Amino acid sequence: MNWVTRAYYQLQRWWKAIRLYLIIAGPGLVVMIADNDAGGITTYAATGAKYQYYLIWFLLLLIPVAYYVQEMTVRLGAITKRGHAEAIFDGFGAFWGWFSLLDLLLIDWLTLVTEFIGMTAALSIFGVPAWATVIGVCLLMTFIMLNGRYWTWEKIAMAFCVLNLIYIPGAFMVHPSVSEIFSRGLIPNFPGGFNGELFFFLMANIGTTIAPWMLFFQQSSVVDKGLAEKDIPFGKFDTFIGSVFTVAVAIFIVIVTGTVLYGVPVDDAAQAARLLMVKDRYLGTFMAIGLFNAGLLGAICISLASSWAFGEIFGWAHSLNNKIKEAPWFYVTYFMTLVTAGAVVLIPGAPLVLITLFVQVVAVTLLPAALVFLILLLNDKETMGEYANTFSQNLVSGAIVAVIIVLSTLYGVSTLFPTMFG
Amino acid sequence: MRLLYSFQTMLSGNIAKVRAINARYAKPRLIMSPAVRWALLALRFYLLTLVGLLGYKFYTLVVQ
Repeated sequence: MNWVTRAYYQLQRWWKAIRLYLIIAGPGLVVMIADNDAGGITTYAATGAKYQYYLIWFLLLLIPVAYYVQEMTVRLGAITKRGHAEAIFDGFGAFWGWFSLLDLLLIDWLTLVTEFIGMTAALSIFGVPAWATVIGVCLLMTFIMLNGRYWTWEKIAMAFCVLNLIYIPGAFMVHPSVSEIFSRGLIPNFPGGFNGELFFFLMANIGTTIAPWMLFFQQSSVVDKGLAEKDIPFGKFDTFIGSVFTVAVAIFIVIVTGTVLYGVPVDDAAQAARLLMVKDRYLGTFMAIGLFNAGLLGAICISLASSWAFGEIFGWAHSLNNKIKEAPWFYVTYFMTLVTAGAVVLIPGAPLVLITLFVQVVAVTLLPAALVFLILLLNDKETMGEYANTFSQNLVSGAIVAVIIVLSTLYGVSTLFPTMFG
Repeated sequence: MRLLYSFQTMLSGNIAKVRAINARYAKPRLIMSPAVRWALLALRFYLLTLVGLLGYKFYTLVVQ
């Protein structure tokens, strides 16, 4: 009887923990899955088409990379109750603060333009004109924002996260050889030897997994949600689950294009969707819907990252729990970013390819700075107390940050000078 | 005229706000240990190099 009581007690404890997690879950999951934005989908689709399953092992390595970087924002947000922008201003002074804030605004806006490019390209497959997509997206995002509660916004965002998993059934539809996936994908290798092109793909995959806006977004999101010190373990778990999901989705996209489009040059995800449509109508539709959803989810999060950051610094009310009347500037920043980015896509002859490339270059001006600030802030024992980085955490996160900085810089530079790595 | 006046008011209000932010964050709260100083110095060099590369790229595009 004793063991039955103990098992019942244990079960109750687990159930309580699960319920608590479901309340706290959100920032980590949303930021990680939104990381698979339109640009990310393009990178993974092109990776699969070029290298089939051979780089799956590399994608798996990105789980701890994404987790270790993002979990630091959970601790920082929960302890300081400050967003990343405010933490940089406070910790490093006005010069670095303005640099980060203005750089964030620029890169968020440019990334938002690329999300609109992805969304319009995805819906153009179904014959929807670009103007209708832009107006529809702006209206939808207005509706999502104006419900006046963080909780509701987060649950809507999580519903879009679920739709991001559409690539998983898509991968089953192409009937890949499981044994080939395991034998080719899980053994670390460099298909065709380590050359400039492969290096570019590896860097692109890292570049799409860790983006500067993610640091700012998750920390502000943790603060807006009101996570406290006691919630940190759940916040970290949430981030871990999110990083597993983001890489899982990436792998399933690689499986889809690696199975069906292996050897076919793929420049963007919309092109991949069109090519898949020729092979299987439903598969192409899945790809296009996934691309649209990825762009939408990215847009939802990225536009918020800027508004939160500006609100923190200018002292405006900046919570999704505020109504428009209570936080007018927060919503004005949000809508201005959104509408202007959408409008760029509609300009005839706008240099959209150049903008897409420029995003990667600008990202490397902010990402290293934001990562270095993150590590330094996490070492501030006076503020962080027992949640400051330990020696081993510094070792792991320091090594990851160093690798990300080197690779993302090379990625940015190789975007500027494409012939640099052969 | 009224629009111009309200724009001027908004601009001067924002300039005052930026000044207040600069004053509030004039001194970094973090203790500037040698490690922090070194990291920030490296960051400055890194950013200057990147800006230099961007400038060079822009120059080559213009020359072409």
